[in-house]
Amino acid sequence: MTTMREKSPKSIDSLAERTIVSTSERKRTGIRFGMSLTHVFLTLTLVVAGLGPILWLAKSAVTPTQDTLQQPFALWPNGIDWENLSTAWNDIHIDQYFFNTIVIAVGAWFVQLLVATTAGYALSVLRPKYAGILNALVLATLFIPGIVLLVPLYLTIVNPPFLGEVNLLNNYLAVWLPMGANAFNILLVKRFFDGLPREVFEAAKTDGAGPFRLFWSIVLPMSKPILGVVSVFAIIAAWKDYLWPMLVLPDPAVQPLSVRLPAVQSQTELDVFLAALAIATLIPIAMFLVFQSVFLRSAGLGGAVKG
Amino acid sequence: MTMTLQGAESTETSARPTPSAPSAARRRSPRTWYRGGGLANFLFVLPMLFVFTFFSWSPIVQSVIMSLQKTNLIVAEWVGLDNYLTVLSDPELGRAVINTLYFAMLALLFGFPLPLFMAVLMSEVKRGKGLYSALAYLPVVIPPVVAVLLWKFFYSADPGGVFNTVLGWVGIPPQPWIQDAVQAMPSLVLEATWAGAGGSIIIYLAALLSVPPELYDAAEVDGAGIWKKVWHVTLPQLRGILFIMLILQVIATAQVFLEPFLFTGGGPAGATKTVLLYIYDKAFRNSLGGDYGEATAVSVLLAVVLAVLSWLYFRLTDRWSTS
Repeated sequence: MTTMREKSPKSIDSLAERTIVSTSERKRTGIRFGMSLTHVFLTLTLVVAGLGPILWLAKSAVTPTQDTLQQPFALWPNGIDWENLSTAWNDIHIDQYFFNTIVIAVGAWFVQLLVATTAGYALSVLRPKYAGILNALVLATLFIPGIVLLVPLYLTIVNPPFLGEVNLLNNYLAVWLPMGANAFNILLVKRFFDGLPREVFEAAKTDGAGPFRLFWSIVLPMSKPILGVVSVFAIIAAWKDYLWPMLVLPDPAVQPLSVRLPAVQSQTELDVFLAALAIATLIPIAMFLVFQSVFLRSAGLGGAVKG
Repeated sequence: MTMTLQGAESTETSARPTPSAPSAARRRSPRTWYRGGGLANFLFVLPMLFVFTFFSWSPIVQSVIMSLQKTNLIVAEWVGLDNYLTVLSDPELGRAVINTLYFAMLALLFGFPLPLFMAVLMSEVKRGKGLYSALAYLPVVIPPVVAVLLWKFFYSADPGGVFNTVLGWVGIPPQPWIQDAVQAMPSLVLEATWAGAGGSIIIYLAALLSVPPELYDAAEVDGAGIWKKVWHVTLPQLRGILFIMLILQVIATAQVFLEPFLFTGGGPAGATKTVLLYIYDKAFRNSLGGDYGEATAVSVLLAVVLAVLSWLYFRLTDRWSTS
């Protein structure tokens, strides 16, 4: 993480400095023309590919079915149908599924943050004797993508150990808890904690702060950047997840949007269905617009675990 | 690592009146364990221990065990390598492996050069970079299920379908898209590329910024033009990240599930049935209880392949970040 912080001012410098095309080359007419062409090309492709489908969805969410089918690109030839949104919200219970999605995301966020911060703190700051073994065992799971554990994990939920006849199907714990077992989060948080100044911890200890106080009042407040990144990862992952919630939440009443949308498609009229898709996209897009920098920083982290 | 561990411990013990003889440190009584922060340590480790034991470590062990058993969840019978032999001789699995490799190959063909190309262009323009990045990243933000369902509508084989209308503008006849065994897989990959390119673009943009500017200056002294600089400076400098992205993409495509499951359900005629879909069908398609043994056998085989790739990835990121 330290390298990341060192890098950012440098990258702004080199941004001001130069890239492939030099300043003198930029003055040449041919290249200036090429640059303008690049601008036009980028604007066109990115608006069409990035914004296009979203705008189309927004338009079609309030367009009657017949218009969408016959003239998919016409702008409301027969007027706007705002009713689609309320029909989707009330009649096909998007409100309920929306609420379920939020409950799943918030719970998954809490569990992931709890596990990642406590584990990162134990492995980086407290360092009990067994920290090395635990660290190795956690890192080892990075090599095994969760998806290949689908079957045994499912059977753990159907038949949890020590709980007797109880099963966790249709219980949100079945979604929240497995998401906590995320080695990547622990790695990120531990690396960040490793970079925090030890002198501050020592000073706090001298002032009589115990391990809990140190965690809550010193380490966590100093770690807001990484907590933001982990939070974005956690909420996005929970919002996106499809296969796992479909398996462990068979009851439609508790399912999230991602699971319900494909299921209701066949019995829903197209315009209402598109309105439902638009509603399901709203929160992630809003979150992206508000926390853009955190999103883009998290995306950059994906390529370099070693940050 | 051990240095600081001892350092931290010694300051803690010296602040408290506990015996610090080496023998006492080795055989600690519950009281000194508690005083030395043993309980606090354990409480902080507990959440991780709990979720990893039940939802990671034990399922990994169970996977291996179950792949050697025939089980209906009540009684399990050891069958040795029978499950492995059965699935490996199943032509359906062979088909699924080939389909997955085909998906991976197409994804490399479409999806690998495109983000790099866009990132290079985006890093050259001086204004609007932030806006371009945001636009490029937007498809990544759309929930994948919504994206697939939306594209499923776009892929309508009807001449009035969204994509067919666009093709009509440039005089191309309507295409069957996902309803055709030949076009289905490329259509799936096209959507997956659209959905994933933004993330790669952001990563390449960051990597492009870390190319030392002196190298470009030096190349210019040697009389290199723009293309020569791209070929002889930029691409070699990005070698590490390109290889890492390649492995990441192969790891991701080996696990592809959502697109074939929601677009085509593995059809038409099994043309898009991937390995993960095969596992899913074996384990969960039959509502009376699946063939868990065979499903886990395939999972274990897939896990071995992915573990090798991941190991390669971590070795490379290690080297790449230290160099």
